[in-house]
Amino acid sequence: MNDNILYEDEIPGGAHWSMLMRAGTSLKLIDKLGGANVGMLFYNPLNKLERYNAPDTLKCQHTFKLTYGHCLYSDMGRIFCSVIKDNVGWHDTIGANTTKKIVAERWGEHNYQDYKNDWYLNGHDSFLVELAKYGMSERDMAANLNLFSKVVVNDEGNMSFVDGNSKAGDSIELRFEMDTLVIFHTCPHPMNVAKEYPKKPVTYQIRKTDGVSEDDYCRNFCDENQRGFKNTELYNIGCGC
Amino acid sequence: MIKESSLLAEQASFREMIKAGDYFIKVLNKGQTLRILDIEGNQAADTLFYNAQNPAERYNAMDTIREQASIYLTAGSKLLSNENNTMLEITADTCGRHDTIGGACATESNTVRYSLEKKCMHACRDSWMLAVAENEEFGIDKRDITHNINFFMNVPVTEQGGLTFEDGISAPGKYVEMKAYMDTIVLLSNCPQLNNPCNGYNPTPIEILIWD
Repeated sequence: MNDNILYEDEIPGGAHWSMLMRAGTSLKLIDKLGGANVGMLFYNPLNKLERYNAPDTLKCQHTFKLTYGHCLYSDMGRIFCSVIKDNVGWHDTIGANTTKKIVAERWGEHNYQDYKNDWYLNGHDSFLVELAKYGMSERDMAANLNLFSKVVVNDEGNMSFVDGNSKAGDSIELRFEMDTLVIFHTCPHPMNVAKEYPKKPVTYQIRKTDGVSEDDYCRNFCDENQRGFKNTELYNIGCGC
Repeated sequence: MIKESSLLAEQASFREMIKAGDYFIKVLNKGQTLRILDIEGNQAADTLFYNAQNPAERYNAMDTIREQASIYLTAGSKLLSNENNTMLEITADTCGRHDTIGGACATESNTVRYSLEKKCMHACRDSWMLAVAENEEFGIDKRDITHNINFFMNVPVTEQGGLTFEDGISAPGKYVEMKAYMDTIVLLSNCPQLNNPCNGYNPTPIEILIWD
């Protein structure tokens, strides 16, 4: 078993961070208390116009939910990362973000002046802060992941948020297939109407992976992923289009 | 929701046929109504909207569906921007529902979805790229290309979390109409996709009509 943790840290609930993940490393996120939400976006650090594309990710794997075996695609037909472990079973990528307005209307305004670092941040502004560190702005935003959260759609197309999707200790592990700039926050899912602003901390661990074998589950999950891996391998050896 | 329009084509102030594989870009003024007409049926119209005064403000697919709590767009849907403003409202729809989570085709995603050998087949994103390159005055570039509406396209989602591209529910003569709440740049690709049922494997023209 590969359990060589290179780094481990905890991000408090309602906070944000970003980092560069190298190809061949993995990022495991652990929901410490249950009910966490991690808003996440990916960019190619060498060409930030290449970014996570939720519609491409869903349609090429014929899925609305994300879980073990799925790959998270860029808009350039490449795979930023693969879901190599997951015991949550359903992660959302269409709910988008809380905004300042949503947070204030639902949980009241908790500004920094009055509440210091117990203030209530929102997902949209959290992304803006992290994006700006890399010269990006609202124009570079895309539909994000909401890891640990579940949104279901009925036959009429109506959407609803499912409470209690993720339990204390549940986790998801992403293996990076190319160098990826990871932007994330731990603000609540925008469809979560919990009475109190949910401040749910997330532990994250970085590991070196064993790489991708020929019989890799994510790679062979569907024909589309085999082609996505081919595109990504081509990019990594320097022949990427 | 099926809702017919009372607007008459002969009274439109603007009419243009858009062939499959071509783009359309134009400012729709506040108060004007835009109709997209599916002339031969089963034709996807991949559409993006921008605030004409500030293109950084643009249509936001995920905020739009979340706020109306339904993934399908139809008459009554308010199309929201990333600044939480209503850009347009769908005022008539004889098709019944339209997709906004399936995204557009691109040459690169075609390689994943169909075959690595299909990378040079024409795709919506190429039409948008040419549109913004040939019309620099709009101030749009690849950064601004986001998740679009696929008018006339049918992408059902199941309660178990499945998602498929189905045969269109559109038919010859079906249309969708929307009224602008702000001066809005309309950027549309009449989809050239040959590999899935979104155009019935045979892309056909659409017509754009505008009323003042």
